[in-house]
Amino acid sequence: MTNPAIEGAAKKTPDGLARRIRGLSDRTIAWIFVAPTIFLLLAVNIFPLIWTIRLSFTDFRVNRPNNEVEWVGLRNYQRILSDPDIWATMQATAHFLIWTIILQVLIGFTLAFLINKKFKGNDLWTTIIVFPMMLSPAVVGNFWTFLYQPQIGLFNYAIAFFTGADPASFSMIGDVNLAPWAIVIADTWMWTPFVMLICLAGLRSIPDSIYEAAECDRASKWRQFWTITIPMALPFLMLAVLFRGIENFKMFDLVVQLTGGGPGNTTTLTSIDLKREAFERWRTGYSSAYAVILFVTVFGLASIYVKALNKVKER
Amino acid sequence: MSFSVTEPSLRTKWFAGFLVIGYAIITLIPLVWIIATGFKSPADSIAYPPVVVFEPTLEGYVNLFTDRTRATEQMLEDAGPPTTWYEQIARDRGTVISGPSRYGERFLNSVIIGFGSTALCMILGTMAAYAFSRFKVPLKDDLLFFILSTRMMPPIAVAIPIFLMFRNLGLNDTHLGMILLYTAVNLSLSVWLLKGFIDEIPIEYEEAALIDGYTRFQAFYKVVLPQAATGIASTAIFCLIFAWNEYAFAVLLTSGNAQTAPPFIPTIIGVAGKDWPAVAAGATIFLVPVMVFTILLRKHLLRGITFGAVRK
Repeated sequence: MTNPAIEGAAKKTPDGLARRIRGLSDRTIAWIFVAPTIFLLLAVNIFPLIWTIRLSFTDFRVNRPNNEVEWVGLRNYQRILSDPDIWATMQATAHFLIWTIILQVLIGFTLAFLINKKFKGNDLWTTIIVFPMMLSPAVVGNFWTFLYQPQIGLFNYAIAFFTGADPASFSMIGDVNLAPWAIVIADTWMWTPFVMLICLAGLRSIPDSIYEAAECDRASKWRQFWTITIPMALPFLMLAVLFRGIENFKMFDLVVQLTGGGPGNTTTLTSIDLKREAFERWRTGYSSAYAVILFVTVFGLASIYVKALNKVKER
Repeated sequence: MSFSVTEPSLRTKWFAGFLVIGYAIITLIPLVWIIATGFKSPADSIAYPPVVVFEPTLEGYVNLFTDRTRATEQMLEDAGPPTTWYEQIARDRGTVISGPSRYGERFLNSVIIGFGSTALCMILGTMAAYAFSRFKVPLKDDLLFFILSTRMMPPIAVAIPIFLMFRNLGLNDTHLGMILLYTAVNLSLSVWLLKGFIDEIPIEYEEAALIDGYTRFQAFYKVVLPQAATGIASTAIFCLIFAWNEYAFAVLLTSGNAQTAPPFIPTIIGVAGKDWPAVAAGATIFLVPVMVFTILLRKHLLRGITFGAVRK
């Protein structure tokens, strides 16, 4: 049942007006929907980045706003790259990165492999293992200093119990040699579940039929593991490494609460060093250059890595 | 029961289960220790060897929520006998309660900023994700890459200009500033996750709605939103957990008014030295809700973690 009068009126209505009545055009809606997100990301992510790059060529200091700001060209960059302390920081970061990744991949993959055996109640235990990564690293890191206390700490007590050493004889966060391992242990405890979950997704993506075919060919379990499981889970494993790598390069909260960068500078990771330069010594221009160098390093390494990852995926 | 060559044998299952449960128990010990320490007396908390069985006390919680001063005899006489159980606990240690501590405020700040940023992030994120999923947005691939690349920056690196910008705009140490900041940090991942969820909804539903005379907006909130509810909920959990746990921005950009719990809890100290039961009590109140959440919503959460990572 249509009313011819209304139909006629609808046809005569000009295009623009009709659209306004019917609703906005798709194109307009698309922009209305995307604009706030883009605006916020520009304001809080991209604009600060550009500002950082600009500041990195100056000698600006936040705590002396009245000083005249001078352009110093590449001097900040020169000073950073020739500073031996920064290289020590980079070494501490490299130690932290390499060992956390090795431990987390080994433990995480093993756990995922075992969970994938689908024993009864595996999803509940998976959830429990995931707890640490859901919690606040700063709060948990702060509490780990308690576990690491020389005499009274639970960690020291456990080590002493199993090795027979005196629990007061070593201090995980006070000893120059042990502190780098203290942060590796805490980070591994916290983030192994992440690697585990990614690996689990990888293992579950392997279709059963492949194993069935291998079984028909009488391939041993050992051989199946090395020729099916590992190659097929490898892209996932590499992805987990990428995420942990980026995250641990940025690592701040857990370690700053655990050791505060000490003793000496043994656990001063780049983010902690950067925070000191920017918010304790207030060398804004210098620390901006530092931030740019870090960002370029992460971005460069990640890009190379992603290329390698894509090659593995194509195989 | 059908026999399958890929089904692990019972012995393998037992062995795997044994190892995984063993690891889970070891990984739980620090968390159990936090909760237990919260109910210990200061003497028990630093006893050697560590005490496992102890008489529980609420002293840690009382110390967490109150400021206390050492009482002189004169003060005790003036104050009269304790009227409440928590005053009694403070008196037993020779202190009087001088007022509430800042923990309550800090916790409330965490709640406001966490939920505020999550809500805002979901509104903006769902809209953007819908647009990316359904419309031809120019430079779509570039935009998505741009959204992803914002996650690579170390927080400290962008904190310097954000600190300056917030100071100029008067947003330093305000709830609004922190809400906007956390929203921006979370948006990239949210849009990416939500786009995946909306992509899965058949476009035919909306087309049917449009033919029925719905406008695009109506089709969006009457057809797409209900369908995407699960996805939105699981993305929201991620945003909430991130904002809840965030430390670096909070410690640099807030000091009093809008400070959240993570930078505050490590600063809790007692009348004489570090008061570990109070720290543990504060941590327990802060961490246990997340653990309960994790158990209740495990399916969505675990799927979200792998989904978000693997799709990239």
